[in-house]
Amino acid sequence: MTSTSAALAPAERAVQLLGSDLSEVALRRHLEGLPAVDAVGLEARAARFGTRSIKTSSKAQALDLAIRMIDLTTLQGADTRGKVRSLVAKALVPDANDPSTPRPAAVCVYGDMVGHAVEALGSAWSAGKDDGINVAAVATAFPAGRASIEVKLQDTRDAVAAGADEIDMVIDRGAFLEGNYGKVFDEIVLTKEACRRADGSYAHLKVILETGELHTYDNVRRASWLSILAGGDFIKTSTGKVQPAATLPVTLLMLQVVRDWERLTGERIGVKPAGGISTAKDAIKHLVAVAETCGEAWLDPKLYRFGASSLLNDVLLQRQKLTTGRYSGPDYVTID
Amino acid sequence: MTTTTKTTTRLDVPKTYKLFIGGAFPRSESGRVTEVRDGEGRFVANVAKASRKDAREAVRAARKAQPGWAGATAYNRGQVLYRVAEVLEGRKAQFVDELQRTEGLSAARARAQVEEAIDLWVWHAGWTDKIAQVAGSANPVAGPYFNISVPEPTGVVAIVAPQSQGLLGLTSVVAPALVMGNAVVVIPAASSPLVAISLAEVLATSDLPGGVVNVLTGDPAELAPWLASHADVNALDLTGAGDLDWVALEVAAADTLKRVIRPEPGIAPETPQRILALTETKTVWHTKSRM
Repeated sequence: MTSTSAALAPAERAVQLLGSDLSEVALRRHLEGLPAVDAVGLEARAARFGTRSIKTSSKAQALDLAIRMIDLTTLQGADTRGKVRSLVAKALVPDANDPSTPRPAAVCVYGDMVGHAVEALGSAWSAGKDDGINVAAVATAFPAGRASIEVKLQDTRDAVAAGADEIDMVIDRGAFLEGNYGKVFDEIVLTKEACRRADGSYAHLKVILETGELHTYDNVRRASWLSILAGGDFIKTSTGKVQPAATLPVTLLMLQVVRDWERLTGERIGVKPAGGISTAKDAIKHLVAVAETCGEAWLDPKLYRFGASSLLNDVLLQRQKLTTGRYSGPDYVTID
Repeated sequence: MTTTTKTTTRLDVPKTYKLFIGGAFPRSESGRVTEVRDGEGRFVANVAKASRKDAREAVRAARKAQPGWAGATAYNRGQVLYRVAEVLEGRKAQFVDELQRTEGLSAARARAQVEEAIDLWVWHAGWTDKIAQVAGSANPVAGPYFNISVPEPTGVVAIVAPQSQGLLGLTSVVAPALVMGNAVVVIPAASSPLVAISLAEVLATSDLPGGVVNVLTGDPAELAPWLASHADVNALDLTGAGDLDWVALEVAAADTLKRVIRPEPGIAPETPQRILALTETKTVWHTKSRM
């Protein structure tokens, strides 16, 4: 009988960084050896991002970039095919009054809705190419992640088979908080493997840390490293189902981790804050944080995403204000 | 026997008059203030000078509060407006004092203005549960239907208050908008900001939900164009905008099909027409059952 981690080649990144001994002890030694987070400094730094003056043409650029970074999301138990269709319609034409409005990066739905989203997108679906709108699916028993590994992997395979370009998985927070880093690591490795398509390519894997349940900044830093070591393409703050969700200090901390990872290995990992970012002002603060932490190369939908549903409307209102010169109102954007 | 004369010099504690937005009293986002001086040039108070961003926040607060206010029963709205009159009565002396200092009125005339304003609140309180009977109707139609028309509030109303008689003028435009359940963003007379903010303090303690009335002291010429063009404002009351370029304001308002009350000839205060000018008529068809 083989253990699950031995059945696969473990994540190459971890092997390169930690050597071939990927035991629980080695992971623990590495993660618990990370420097502690200066919480006061982190929060003070995050608070400063709101003080930048971004006006007129810079603001217009920031708003358009924010739209291009949005994963337009609907994750409700009450989601219907019609709801997904109208979400896709919104992604295709965010503002009917202004055809120059860019489109969001992806629509994010539950796994069983992937087929409907792909169908509704039609020729606008990226299907793994660079242009077009991606379909992202949450998987691995989202949002709690409390299911057997077989169920989680099948959940992932189903979504990939239905056409999902991106998989948003949740980590096992219970195992993480117990200090069982190996279990969390193995599940990410296995899920990454389940993202493999028939042609050998992989759906992008976003690893949701659910920072609201990790309690400390130190844990967020460890979980970020763990997710990257295990092969995540993106690290994502939250499911949006737990408060607090994507706070600016937590996002800043994760940005610092991907910046450090790039310095160490030259490889770029994406960050996706999700939940609680509902105004254009918040989004611009995040963009400032990205540019000032990781550099302007990170201002790219391939490396930064917003998981949001109501953010798009607020950005559209600000955009309308910039183009018309008068304040707009919620009557001038679609409800869903 | 020695007499000691104790001279105590007490320092004045002057009040800063801030804005009234969403039930709170914030300073202007811009940090600006205007000095108010009395007839003899003596300093009276600093008053916040609102900016366009304060106007935007005020509209947002009004939009948020409006459905709740319109959804309150007519009887309850009447109670709240009557409560405003009661609280105003108790603080009469403060208003008399402020009117004397800013409008240079005699005590008797200031008192008369305050009392007239109180009576006007009472008059409007009475209309809340009666106006629908006066303006609504059951319409005869050629079919088996009940056909009923009722007045409904227009929504968010931006108001430029009359430039004279600070308290009375303000009451004469704000109260009628509130009767049916509109929410209000009002620019009070530039010459009497003190009574406007003191009235806001009365409103804040009269069970009027936060955000139903928002008061932006400042320059009407600066603020009115932003409110006139704001897409989330449903009606524009220009009663006090006679000295502004009110035609341009009306043109800006037309872009988003706002209901507009012009300064000339305007609509007389203390009339049901004044209340109905800020309502929309909803007509409902309902099948009659046939046995």
